[in-house]
Amino acid sequence: MKKLFYSQKAAPYVFVLPFVLTVLLFWIGPVFKGILLSFQDTMKNQWVGLSNYQRIMGDRIFWIAVKNSVKYTFFTLLLLIPFPMLFAVLLNSHLMKRPNLFKSIYFLPALTSVVVAGTVFRLMFGESDQALMNQLIGLFGAAPIKWLKRGDTGFFALLLLCCWRWTGVNIMYFLAGIQSIPQELYEAADIDGASKWQQFRQITIPLVKPTTIYVLTISIYAGLSMFLESFMLWKGNNSPNYIGMTIVGYLYRQGIEKRAMGYACAVGIVLLILVMVVNLIQLKVNGTFDSEEA
Amino acid sequence: MKKRLLSLLLTASLAAGLLAGCGSSAGKSKDADSVDEAGGKTAMSVEGDDVTTLNVWTFIELHQKFYTTMAEKWNEAHPDKKVKLVLSNMQYDDMHNKLSLALESGKGAPDIADIELGKFPSFTAEKDIKLLDLTDAIAPYKDDVVQSRLDIYTKDGKPYGLPTHVGTTVAFYNTDLLQEGGIDYTAIKTWDDFKKAGIAYHEKTGKEFACAETTASWMVNLMLAQKGGDYLKEDGSLDVNNAKVAEVLHIIKDMQDAGALATVPGGQPDNEEAYPHYNDGEFAVQIMPFWQTSRFTSYMKDLKGKIAIAPVPKFGDSDATWTIGGGGTGTAVVASSPNAELAAEVMAFVKLSPDANKEVWNVLGFDPVNTSVWTDKDLTENPDNQFVQFFNTKPFDTLLTMQDGIGSLKSLQDEKAPSINNVMVTEVLTNIFDNGADIQQTLDDAQSELENEFAS
Repeated sequence: MKKLFYSQKAAPYVFVLPFVLTVLLFWIGPVFKGILLSFQDTMKNQWVGLSNYQRIMGDRIFWIAVKNSVKYTFFTLLLLIPFPMLFAVLLNSHLMKRPNLFKSIYFLPALTSVVVAGTVFRLMFGESDQALMNQLIGLFGAAPIKWLKRGDTGFFALLLLCCWRWTGVNIMYFLAGIQSIPQELYEAADIDGASKWQQFRQITIPLVKPTTIYVLTISIYAGLSMFLESFMLWKGNNSPNYIGMTIVGYLYRQGIEKRAMGYACAVGIVLLILVMVVNLIQLKVNGTFDSEEA
Repeated sequence: MKKRLLSLLLTASLAAGLLAGCGSSAGKSKDADSVDEAGGKTAMSVEGDDVTTLNVWTFIELHQKFYTTMAEKWNEAHPDKKVKLVLSNMQYDDMHNKLSLALESGKGAPDIADIELGKFPSFTAEKDIKLLDLTDAIAPYKDDVVQSRLDIYTKDGKPYGLPTHVGTTVAFYNTDLLQEGGIDYTAIKTWDDFKKAGIAYHEKTGKEFACAETTASWMVNLMLAQKGGDYLKEDGSLDVNNAKVAEVLHIIKDMQDAGALATVPGGQPDNEEAYPHYNDGEFAVQIMPFWQTSRFTSYMKDLKGKIAIAPVPKFGDSDATWTIGGGGTGTAVVASSPNAELAAEVMAFVKLSPDANKEVWNVLGFDPVNTSVWTDKDLTENPDNQFVQFFNTKPFDTLLTMQDGIGSLKSLQDEKAPSINNVMVTEVLTNIFDNGADIQQTLDDAQSELENEFAS
């Protein structure tokens, strides 16, 4: 007994046990159950083989949802990685006055609830000529726009909500990464006559790469599984012509609203595969799987 | 040695933390529940030994007070079958989703639940329906209740829901504005008159007459029912692109092009963005179900004393029906509940008895589903009633005029109804009235999309 307690071999397993248990119970279990359900029709209580998956292939709305989610993910990556990194560098430089104030301001939106933020954005982007955004473009002489009824403007509102909310969080990640870079490197570069831009290119970007990969990975996942923002912006799952329909939104519609749990699970499995494939490719390209010699 | 001791301590504390974590989290969730019980739930206090407790889920807060008032009357009348209602009010989507999951998993369902019309078919679409057949409970009241309102909650001849109101579609005219525009609303009998009045009003005042709906289909469904059309064929197969649907949309589109209709922010009169536009007088007319009365008294208060309730226009005397019931909430009883039979009996009393229907008008301002109270002038013309005070016509005169002509679209009972409605309000109407898309093409697209959804 004593041996077991003091065993160097057993200790690591004991330490990782809580995590393993959680994953098994709340991840592997449900995924497995979901895979089984995706071959069933829960309304009729029967096994239907691959027919749920066949239906997905020909389901126009599902593909609209995929397109929306992918488009959304792409633009969030495009906006939410370079800009927060830049802001983090600025916040970290001595030129910046009152950096802590700005840090708090940037981070504040992340503390608000999406439900509240979505509702406020919905009213800001209202159709009426008194809605904030319509007043704003009215200053430039433009006519009121039905923001949330058009594909492009609706997408803009969604993206703005996302950037407003997540910029601060990503800045925090990058700040942490940047601050862990040894100051000597910059000093040495300074002595060698490197410009600030060269220092940023040659020192900061390569050395915050682990942070970048982390942010990239969670952003891909977050982008592809986005739901609540769209749900709140359009006050429910019904955006005109599905301009706000996302993959998870479609899963919610099928599983919860229409009670077709089997079909919803099939949608979920497809989402899982999609996220896995994209992230595996991304991690492979970034060399995360290579042995840690470098 | 020190290291070992440390690791032992750490392991022990971790294990303890793990166990404590389990314990405390379980304890917490229980705490949270009982807090909920104090906060979100309301329980009746009933004296006596043989009292049955019934759990009720609602998504409309007003219903709670109404149910308890009526349940107290039931207890007075039936001392041998006393009940104690425990009511939980939840947000609309939340409640339906929770109910759906509870019924699916067979755990945690209430005895009684309010289910909204748009959600109802998804609960009766299953092979083994988990709601109770209410035929026996409804029987005592059946003759006085508007049949079409029972039909909408009926599947294969068995009713599963108790209606709250009729939702008779009526016309709300802003008489002040119409007078300025030189329009006499009492002369509007047909949709042709309606269109002409709309054009004249728009030209004279520059303001809008009524709205072309893009996020709801109250007027579309009304016209479709009048024309004798529907979204499904006789055999229940999809038919949203048929000639009658197209004709109705053409009629509305023509009115829009002529200036008699315009789109309103929010897309329909019952919408938070739209209320101010009616309240400010930018739109003069609403074609809405009768329950819009309660939206007037809550959200369009400036219109007090300016609104007349009148029968809706017709196409002609050969119309299939004059008006239809719109919207609604069906109270259902969960079949697996140990007290299902009693719950059904109580709720039929609570919702369908004449006493209950008086309350429906007094408290909620809805048109009661038990029409025997419609002629009770003490009730319907009570000068203390806020709804009687608000409108400048007698609301029930209009209802009684149309009483024999209240139909419904048959497709509303079909399991495909929620999907059809979805396609109409998210694609068809907005594409046609907001974006000017081709009507037949839009309907053909909708048809093929729905066919694909129900292909399996």
